[in-house]
Amino acid sequence: MILAIDSSIGTSVALCDPSGRLASARSEAGHLTHAEVVGALIGGVLEDAGVGPAEVSAVASGMGPGPFTGLRIGIAAARAFGVARRVPVVPVLSHDAIAAARLESPIAGELVVVTDARRREVAWTRYSGVDPSGPVRIGGPELAPRDVFEVLDAERLDAMDVPAEFVARLAALTLAGRRAGEADEPVYLRAPDVTLSSRKRVTP
Amino acid sequence: MTTREPLVLGIETSCDETGIGIVRGRRLLSNRIASSMDEHARYGGVVPEVAARAHLEALVPTIDAAVAEAGVELDELDAVAVTIGPGLAGALMVGVGAAKALAVGLGKPLYAVNHLVGHVGADLLTPDSGRIEYPTVALLVSGGHTSLLLVRDLVDDVELLGETIDDAAGEAFDKVARVLGLPYPGGPEIDRAAATGDPAAIRFPRGLTAPKDLDRHRYDFSFSGLKTAVARWVEKREADGDPVPVADVAASFREAVVDVLVSKALAACRDTGVPRLLLGGGVVANRRLRDVAAQRAAEAGVDLRIPPLDLCTDNGAMIAVLAAERIRAGHAPSSQLAAADSTLPVTLIQVP
Ligand SMILES: Nc1ncnc2c1ncn2[C@@H]1O[C@H](COP(=O)(O)OP(=O)(O)OP(=O)(O)O)[C@@H](O)[C@H]1O
Ligand SMILES: [Mg+2]
Repeated sequence: MILAIDSSIGTSVALCDPSGRLASARSEAGHLTHAEVVGALIGGVLEDAGVGPAEVSAVASGMGPGPFTGLRIGIAAARAFGVARRVPVVPVLSHDAIAAARLESPIAGELVVVTDARRREVAWTRYSGVDPSGPVRIGGPELAPRDVFEVLDAERLDAMDVPAEFVARLAALTLAGRRAGEADEPVYLRAPDVTLSSRKRVTP
Repeated sequence: MTTREPLVLGIETSCDETGIGIVRGRRLLSNRIASSMDEHARYGGVVPEVAARAHLEALVPTIDAAVAEAGVELDELDAVAVTIGPGLAGALMVGVGAAKALAVGLGKPLYAVNHLVGHVGADLLTPDSGRIEYPTVALLVSGGHTSLLLVRDLVDDVELLGETIDDAAGEAFDKVARVLGLPYPGGPEIDRAAATGDPAAIRFPRGLTAPKDLDRHRYDFSFSGLKTAVARWVEKREADGDPVPVADVAASFREAVVDVLVSKALAACRDTGVPRLLLGGGVVANRRLRDVAAQRAAEAGVDLRIPPLDLCTDNGAMIAVLAAERIRAGHAPSSQLAAADSTLPVTLIQVP
């Protein structure tokens, strides 16, 4: 079974068989509760499917883009579960999973997936459509200012959650050698905030 | 009858060290630490987002290294322990997310424990140290904390006597190092610079030691005034066109910090009638602190304990041993829903 974990928006977890068929899924919408709920969600999908942790043969990890603090927690959980069971962890771009779900039904032209990136910015990724390897990415992921970002010549999909089921399905394609793997790195899209400290004077 | 000692893996990510330790009861099997210190050096202090990113990268390699060193299999563990607070929120949550998934993946219970009490527990792992006796006073001094505790029982009775009301002692070392143009982390740099200096050259203030302060802040610390006093003194020299005697300033500053730390800790021993003092935290690396504490504790008839340095700085083994003690005392595991708490009070030893 493939266990998928994504915390790039809320926290979503799913369990699929190796062909990508859904066994169970649970999610929690909160944007600040990832570290609280992630373990219980994993335990929950295993229980719902009546599957023991030893039956998990791979972990699929949503790599973002998404706000740093939350995004990291799902990736940390995915990697830790992978270590616990000594099974591979397959990185998946979270926007790809959103696109894969939408592209289950045909659309007229191209697709642009958009998610909130905080600080008045959005993260976007553009797809030409879908083929047997899954959604075909042709632009992004990148950040853009929220107020002026416009999608003119494609369908725009503003996503509020990531379906972990599709994170698992894309990982299944990668494991089957039918989809290129992603880099095993969180897609932060932003350098860390740091204010360089300078020597302050205390005497006026 | 011999009962099997619990085999516990501890995860510590409260600041800039990714620590993974494995213990069997009070026996240390491994203690691996990956630090992002170098990445923070150019910023002059720990940058929370940089620390959190580094934890995620270091996590799995450090777990693998600790497991290999301990010569155990993860499946043999009896429990997974994690620092749930206090510390940097974003950093803590990396460890908490990982610990929870590790526990579920192994089908083992989770123990979410207090970082500061973990520092006290480190003493249990000290080789050939004899048994720790309770109650004991504990002084924890690090980059993020300066706390004086009365520990009646490690697993369920820890009282906060006092703590810093502004900067932590390690932070003061780091800030004063910057004033003197020395790199981060400041502790070792100041130690080095102080080696040839005269500790009595300049009389810097001892925070919260005046009689009026002792009423309300008998066991509290304050280092921001000291840091400002050093900066003023240095700036005055520079303004007068005189060279700054770095060695004397470093030695005098260090003496002020050490004096306050040791005086207040021994006062706590005297007031509570507890002739035992335990030191912990990264600042314990300071040679002068160890020496002055040893000398004045001996004079006061106080038994002083200092764990080895790799157990004084942040590490996962101290988290594992604290959980192992809780297990032996029959305490139930934490909930999978336990929340990281960046300001967890020291009285809460384990989050339910
Ligand atoms: N020889 C020394 N003398 C004084 N201070 C030192 C010495 N060596 C290290 N330090 C100080 O110890 C601190 C690091 O200690 P430690 O790793 O325990 O704490 P931390 O990780 O910064 O914070 P915390 O443990 O509170 O979360 C730094 O502030 C450093 O300057
Ligand atoms: Mg510490």
